[in-house]
Amino acid sequence: MMPGTALPFDFNRESLMADASGALYWPDQKTLVVADLHLEKGSAYAKNGSHLPPYDSRETLRRLALAIDAYGPTRVICLGDSFHDDDAAGRLPDDDRATLQAMTAAMDWIWIAGNHDPAPPAGIDGLTTAEFRAGELIFRHEARKRSSPGEVSGHFHPKAGVNARGRRVTGRCFVADGKRLILPAFGAYTGGLDVHDPAIESLLQDKYTVLICGRARVHRIPREVVRRREAAEETREPRLI
Amino acid sequence: MRANAPLKRPRRDNGGPDGQLAIDLPGALPDRFADWFASRGWRPHPHQLALLDAASRGKTTLLIAPTGGGKTLAGFLPSLVEIAEGGARGLHTLYISPLKALAVDVHRNLQMPIEEMGLPVTADTRTGDTSQHRRKRQRETPPNILLTTPESLTLLLSYADAPRMFRNLRCVVLDEVHALAGNKRGDQLALCLTRLQALAPECRRVGLSATVAWPDALCRWVAPDAKADSVHLIEGGGAVDSEVRMLVTREKMPWSGHMAVHALPEVYDEIRKAGTTLVFVNTRAQAEIVFQELWRVNDDNLPIALHHGSLAREQRQKVEGAMAEGSLRAVVATSSLDLGIDWAAIDLVVQVGAPKGVSRLIQRIGRAGHRLDTPSRAVLVPANRFEVLECRAAMDAIREETLDGEPPQPGGLDVLAQHVMAMACSAPFHPDALYAEIIRAAPYAEITRAEFDDVVAFVDHGGYALRSYDRWRRLEALPDGTYRAASPAMARRLRMNLGTIVEANTLKVRIKRGPFLGEVEEYFALGLEIGDTFIFSGQMLRFEGIREMTVEASRAPGDAPKVPAYVGGRLPLTTHLADRVRAILARPAAWGALPDQVREWLNIQLWASSLPEPSALLVESFPRGDKHFTVAYCFEGRNAHQTLGMLLTRRMERAGLAPLGFVATDYVIAVWSLKPVSNVAELFDEDMLGDDLEAWMDESSMLKRTFRNVAVIAGLIERQYPGQQKTGRQVTFNSDLIYDTLRRHEPNHILLQATRRDAARGLTDISRLAGMLKRAKGNILHRRLDRVSPLAVPILLEIGKERVEGSAIDLMLDEAAQELIAEATTGAP
Repeated sequence: MMPGTALPFDFNRESLMADASGALYWPDQKTLVVADLHLEKGSAYAKNGSHLPPYDSRETLRRLALAIDAYGPTRVICLGDSFHDDDAAGRLPDDDRATLQAMTAAMDWIWIAGNHDPAPPAGIDGLTTAEFRAGELIFRHEARKRSSPGEVSGHFHPKAGVNARGRRVTGRCFVADGKRLILPAFGAYTGGLDVHDPAIESLLQDKYTVLICGRARVHRIPREVVRRREAAEETREPRLI
Repeated sequence: MRANAPLKRPRRDNGGPDGQLAIDLPGALPDRFADWFASRGWRPHPHQLALLDAASRGKTTLLIAPTGGGKTLAGFLPSLVEIAEGGARGLHTLYISPLKALAVDVHRNLQMPIEEMGLPVTADTRTGDTSQHRRKRQRETPPNILLTTPESLTLLLSYADAPRMFRNLRCVVLDEVHALAGNKRGDQLALCLTRLQALAPECRRVGLSATVAWPDALCRWVAPDAKADSVHLIEGGGAVDSEVRMLVTREKMPWSGHMAVHALPEVYDEIRKAGTTLVFVNTRAQAEIVFQELWRVNDDNLPIALHHGSLAREQRQKVEGAMAEGSLRAVVATSSLDLGIDWAAIDLVVQVGAPKGVSRLIQRIGRAGHRLDTPSRAVLVPANRFEVLECRAAMDAIREETLDGEPPQPGGLDVLAQHVMAMACSAPFHPDALYAEIIRAAPYAEITRAEFDDVVAFVDHGGYALRSYDRWRRLEALPDGTYRAASPAMARRLRMNLGTIVEANTLKVRIKRGPFLGEVEEYFALGLEIGDTFIFSGQMLRFEGIREMTVEASRAPGDAPKVPAYVGGRLPLTTHLADRVRAILARPAAWGALPDQVREWLNIQLWASSLPEPSALLVESFPRGDKHFTVAYCFEGRNAHQTLGMLLTRRMERAGLAPLGFVATDYVIAVWSLKPVSNVAELFDEDMLGDDLEAWMDESSMLKRTFRNVAVIAGLIERQYPGQQKTGRQVTFNSDLIYDTLRRHEPNHILLQATRRDAARGLTDISRLAGMLKRAKGNILHRRLDRVSPLAVPILLEIGKERVEGSAIDLMLDEAAQELIAEATTGAP
């Protein structure tokens, strides 16, 4: 997960960079965009007896800090579902909370409201809004069926796989058609939904591009190569949601 | 009665040593039992009487006897006598079997002596299939004898009424102990036994086992205090007399493949000549193909059936029923029939494919004849030339009566975590008392108090260094220092997730708008494209798609299927047998015992490359397709090769050779990469054990798989049940992500310790590897070839198991893109 190894691409007349960490960088506006951090997802499961390691926020923030160090943005946009639930911000361990507070205080910070976190996070800096516009782009949590061009969103946690040399390789991915761009989830505990899932595919025009995050690089994969996921693949891991 | 031919088949000859010993122990058998034996025209086996004697002195006993020794009756005889003569209050004897079906079968056979002697004994089974109503009744009014499985026993012990149910328990019969000791189901059973011991201190144990190479370790496992001396060991009878031969075929022996299709006409001839034949294969895919091919040549329309673990339960039960009635001539089966069920009379056992292990082969062969005084007849059918060597080696081993197998390893910490929670659901426990209790189980005898406390902390609140989940504890601490389950919800969660078997994800297979046929592993279904054909449940199917977690198929004509590749039952070869194969290869003088074609094959290898020799390590390298292969003939066993494969790929990764994968068998390790290996000596340098081992341990995908199992068993994440599948936009939870995060932030967490222990238990054989690398230093015979060598063919067919991570992923992603670009641009104007 090494930032700085980004793939440049054009979207709605803007030049953007897809980072292997799953972050998007917009050089003209010195803006870093991340989606679906799901902070404190781990502790959200604890009340049902699944004591997941309480390190997901720490890990997510560590990766975010690396991306910030690599690009030096003046503005960060979090595309919603930044917190896993209403009181996730309140559950942040003190260290992690201090880390996040330092980040949000140091630059313009936009919290797009998501379905998991409709309200502003208590006691943490930043502007909470449903939408944010800049340049030719509009940022919101969930893509709309009818949207003007230039929509950048998260929510769906897209991932994609290709079959190569008889093996299947999968990764989180960016997916873009001419009008909209969907970012992969950035959170340490966030899984993925195959881009062929109707929930995602029905939003996209026929021709779309998939940018898969590898270990150190981002790969542009034409849609025809992306191997269709069969329903079965979703069951690979025990399900917690 | 399982493994007790006399109950099913009256013996014509009652003389011999069995009868002699009965006379030495006059009065050991009460009159009505002696009369019953006599009325059937039988005499008790000496070990049956020895068990009776041991039981009367309250001793825990381990009976090791070959199949056909009447073991199970031996186990029950003392209980029947005790209950019949002295009466019983409630549950007297608990019988535990590794198989549900075996418990049911034993129950049926147990009814015979009970009914015929009119004994005042009640017996019942309890498994996952037992109705809710019957289970409730069993807890209220337990039968005198309860036949069950380790999982059902764990569940019983998790209830608050366990002390009442088990307080009068006098005896636990553990059947097929060799199949449980050393795995996680066995770990769980061992822990449950310590609890039973606490509830009923008077209870004695009877272990029943097939012949094993490590009787002492098995004694410790059965013992109430993990000490071999506490157990009275009875070894019943010598090895089974057997006539084993290798099948001679008209067709040429294949160079590769595992299906032995070439030999099936001859196998069919054998079936026709015998009364009843059991055809054992190693994998489910083999079972399907062999079954299909046998029917192709079945001109006489003989009733030949198929039995393997992927088939629907009703289908399996139908076959089992027909076999018991004696209405079948042959059954093609995987290890699903290795244990247990007592078929009427099996005249012949056919082993298709490599035997993989001597002990296991002896057990399979023991299914034929099935009585101590009848020699077992068996035919080995090698599927390729390499397997001929293995069959030859196995026959030598049987003749020389050498056994294989590893003694049981220390128990899993994840299983302990589940046990701790289960005990907390039954009654409050004090950590001091529970620790003292569990270290009486052999798999946990060495566990330290600190490890135990870490496990308890994990169960309670996750046991993390950063912070504990104090608000959402799973245990409630009581003022007297004991702990109990924090809420009924926590107890329910435990019971829903009980057990140590974490199944590979499978999908149901059904005919479109038709019947349900069975299940296939998910990755197999994922590899199918609509229109692909495959053989399943003995018929040709066309893949129509996946709907709602079910593979839909239609019946298809034709006979060239895409072979089902699901691995059900893939077993590693024992190192003992591997050593024997190596010895055969190294001595051309010994090749006289091999078929001509195989001798020829070895001679061609000698000409095209070299033969592996004891004094040097043979390494071949050659290009194939767009990859470069490096094949090393190490003969150190599959475990050591697995580790070696991971270390080699790691080292190649660093050297920029872009390794893509490796595959290990017991003989050979093959690695393939995008770039060729030039310096073999450097690649195999022994310092890799120090440099790379730890780093590898932490990163491999094998560890992630192990972690997933540990996390489920320990109760960190819940099992998934059918009907709970994710729908629409819900997002899956990925245990790999948890693993990566936990490893970075708390590398010594108890679950990671448990994961590493399991991985070491399953995959590493470091000292063997170290010895091999040391011997290879300066002694590597490197042959650069322009194509695959005869000896390397079999391993190339094994490819496709271990995933390689790292830069190869990026390379492959690039290539996938480029392939398409090339395709799209070729021929463009």
